[in-house]
Amino acid sequence: MTKRSSWALPYAIFLVLFVALPLILIMVYAFQDGSGNFTFGNFTKFFKDADAIGTFALSLEVAIETTAVCILLGYPAAWILANRKLNKSAVTIVLFIMPMWINALMRTLATAELFHVLGVQLGKGTLLIGMVYDYLPFMIYPIYNILNKMDKSYAEAARDLGATPWQVFWKVQVPLSMPGIISGVMMVFMPTVSTFAISEFLTNNKIKLFGTIIQENINSSMWNYGAALSLVMLVIIGITSLLQDNKKEVSGGTV
Amino acid sequence: MKRILAKCYIWLLLAVLYAPIVFIAVFSFTESKVLGNWTGFSTKLYSNLFTGTMQGTGSLMLAIKNTLVIALIAATVSTLLGTIAAIGIHNMRGKGKQAMTFLNNIPMLNPDIITGVSLFLLFVFLHISQGYLTVVLAHITFCTPYVVLNVLPKLTQMNPNIYEAALDLGATPFQALRKVLLPLLKPGMISGFIMAFTMSLDDFAVTFFTRGTIGLDTLSTYIYTDARKGGLTPELRPLITLMFVGILILLIVINIRQIRNSSNDEE
Amino acid sequence: MKNKDYIIEFRNISKSFGEKCILDDISFYVKKGEFITLLGPSGCGKTTLLRLLGGFGNPDKGEILINGENITDIPAHQRPVNTVFQRYALFPHLDVYENIAFGLKLQKVPTDEIDKRVRKVLKMVSMTDYEDRDVESLSGGQQQRVAIARAIVNQPKVLLLDEPLAALDLKMRKDMQIELKEMHRKLGITFIYVTHDQEEALTLSDTIVVMNEGKIQQIGTPTDIYNEPQNSFVADFIGESNILNGKMVRDKLVEFVGHEFECVDEGFGENVDVDVVVRPEDIYIMNRTEGAQFTGKVKSCTFKGVHYEMFVDTESGYELMIQDYNAFEPEAEVGLIIRPADIQVMKKERTCNTFEAEIVDENHVKFFDETFECKPQDKFAAGEKVKVEVKFQKVELIDHPEEGMLSGEVHFLLYKGDHYHLTVKTDEGYHIWVDTNDIWDKGDLVGINIAPKDIKIVKCDD
Repeated sequence: MTKRSSWALPYAIFLVLFVALPLILIMVYAFQDGSGNFTFGNFTKFFKDADAIGTFALSLEVAIETTAVCILLGYPAAWILANRKLNKSAVTIVLFIMPMWINALMRTLATAELFHVLGVQLGKGTLLIGMVYDYLPFMIYPIYNILNKMDKSYAEAARDLGATPWQVFWKVQVPLSMPGIISGVMMVFMPTVSTFAISEFLTNNKIKLFGTIIQENINSSMWNYGAALSLVMLVIIGITSLLQDNKKEVSGGTV
Repeated sequence: MKRILAKCYIWLLLAVLYAPIVFIAVFSFTESKVLGNWTGFSTKLYSNLFTGTMQGTGSLMLAIKNTLVIALIAATVSTLLGTIAAIGIHNMRGKGKQAMTFLNNIPMLNPDIITGVSLFLLFVFLHISQGYLTVVLAHITFCTPYVVLNVLPKLTQMNPNIYEAALDLGATPFQALRKVLLPLLKPGMISGFIMAFTMSLDDFAVTFFTRGTIGLDTLSTYIYTDARKGGLTPELRPLITLMFVGILILLIVINIRQIRNSSNDEE
Repeated sequence: MKNKDYIIEFRNISKSFGEKCILDDISFYVKKGEFITLLGPSGCGKTTLLRLLGGFGNPDKGEILINGENITDIPAHQRPVNTVFQRYALFPHLDVYENIAFGLKLQKVPTDEIDKRVRKVLKMVSMTDYEDRDVESLSGGQQQRVAIARAIVNQPKVLLLDEPLAALDLKMRKDMQIELKEMHRKLGITFIYVTHDQEEALTLSDTIVVMNEGKIQQIGTPTDIYNEPQNSFVADFIGESNILNGKMVRDKLVEFVGHEFECVDEGFGENVDVDVVVRPEDIYIMNRTEGAQFTGKVKSCTFKGVHYEMFVDTESGYELMIQDYNAFEPEAEVGLIIRPADIQVMKKERTCNTFEAEIVDENHVKFFDETFECKPQDKFAAGEKVKVEVKFQKVELIDHPEEGMLSGEVHFLLYKGDHYHLTVKTDEGYHIWVDTNDIWDKGDLVGINIAPKDIKIVKCDD
């Protein structure tokens, strides 16, 4: 019995080498200057650079706005899809999932071309619309999943206790579907805050996002500064995933 | 009334969502260099793609080949590594198990760019020159967690005594693995493989950071470079259309299989 | 020590999982051809013991012998035993035939021989014609039969059965019990059976090993175990019983429910506290009160199919359970008689709580990692190791765990005729025994308080 647990050993070594060590290296490089000495310089450079801070703020803003729009558009869609009375066919949900399987770069390129042909000026507006295009399915799917699996008797019990359909929705279904919303948020917020190629296509390189700055620094051999910027992003990601863990506990307690 | 409203909302959303792809697909059947300008029906772009008469198709074909080979290797290695790891993790307890699950989750949680940058730094740090090998290793890194994720539930659903029953009946641990455990894990391994394969096919960011400077291109990086040179080359239109149709067929097959399986379960 | 008749011997087996001790120094032997049952509540260690015998896990201490040979270090697949697992563990990717042939194929038995043997066991478990069936399409009872067939086709010397009937419904369980007994007779091999169902154990076994909390409570034939339980746990666990506090006045005379009764037990000493067990069917109940040893008033009467079950309040304030073929109406005055041979006297495991403790200062003492106030004393110095005694009825239990000096969970409870005797397990894993008139259920979370005046400090023996 104990012997079989050792089967995880090769993968454990692999994980340490290719997951843990690289993340540690980001931290190490972030606190080093070009010749390997310890420094906070990379971070002071970032905080003093108005352009970089502006890009960072813009990335956050775009990611938050994209996520919010995705919830507003996606929740009703997921709710309708999971409602047996309103949607009888399983095909529609497959249609919503399918874009998740297609190369995001291709979809973005197609979207950008469509904007171009329609004569829409590429800029922040198209960036936002394009991002929603790309990531809406990632919001709908987890919410649909949780609503679909939700025991109908919760809603029935609420009705039985005198709740109106509106109250059932707000007081029972929405709180119970919180874990789905949160994983949707993770699946939309994380890639939008970190994207680089997509934003370039959607704005014709007019607007730079934080991911693009990281990529440019790494590609022009500014590894230490690039690592420091990556670490800043890791912190954002870390904070977002904390939200998930806490909420899980909360919902676990109420269900 | 409510139903009609709901239906309208869903179909409107789908229409908007699919508009760009349909648009590309439609214009893959015309020769026009400029999108949106219909110059009559033609399959020339398709024949160009296959016969390789267009400019630079050689490198496009090479990129497609690279993409497929890398995805195949990465998915195969991930499936083997992930399955063995899942069996190990399933039999672990306490802190060790928590640590493994935590590390396994990181590549799935991390944005591609972080995975890419961190692996780039690793290869720089270890003085490994970047190219085919580093891309494959990087792909295995972000693919294996999905295999583990697909195989672990099969293990937890399995009767905990199945493996012991095989030993009890005289099978050596290796025989028990081959004759009992692996056949039962097969469905999880297959869906893990498919997921790993598509993840690898789709990847752009990680490949971008780990491919080095030897000019190695996968489809994603090819499209990226190409698009940066100035919009979408006409020959990519049929390619996008074909991939779209391919995935459509794949999804339909998977869904039919699932529906069949679930109706079998109900019997 | 080597005895030809012993097929299996457990010698001083101990096993812990983490901090939790599952098996505590278990020793016993199994005779060749015997049907032996390990009986106990869930978590008593019976399944762990069986798994050690099957080779799934190693004991921390001790050794296991089969036919006088130490097999402790032999891996599972080389042991001459086969197991019928809880929930069967049939291989879902193989059909019935392939499941049964699995072990034989591994042994490289010739195909025609495999065929012959598989058909023979299929006939034995009445599953002929099911060879090609998918195991998941079978009912629970049928899967059970296949699991047994899969094990016995290998002709093991010992067949291990881990709660094999637990997943079946009552009717099916009864039928399978008869079949198992019949199979044991036909095969002539040793069966080691694990169950928590005392009735099943009494029906099937030649020998029963009663276990609780990793320790053997009693080993004996079903009649021994039923008629002469050695402690209150066994008495309570096997069948229905009245367990009462009593006092051995002298040899063959015991006092309980406020009366003195003749009994057959001796050797306890004089005026010694004991536990007394009387089975409900062993109390004679009659309408007249003259000629009775003691009297009571019927409180309730329920029909149970074959007999009536009555609760009777005695004139001295005890409640007794009585089973009889005749019904006695509630409120009826009845006379009661217990024959000497039907009174089972048991030594008390403990007469009060005794904890190891350490003096903190003249009015504080520390035990269970907690400091308690006690009566001022000057006999013991600070830091001295002592013992603390607390009477069962002096431990106070309260509803809110967080308001007690200690908190814990009701672990086991025993009705003693006029009060409940509770075993409470503290969060730190210590046991406290409590006598109370309040009604608690197993698993209730409670706070535990002990008043300073009820803490008695005595010198350590050693």
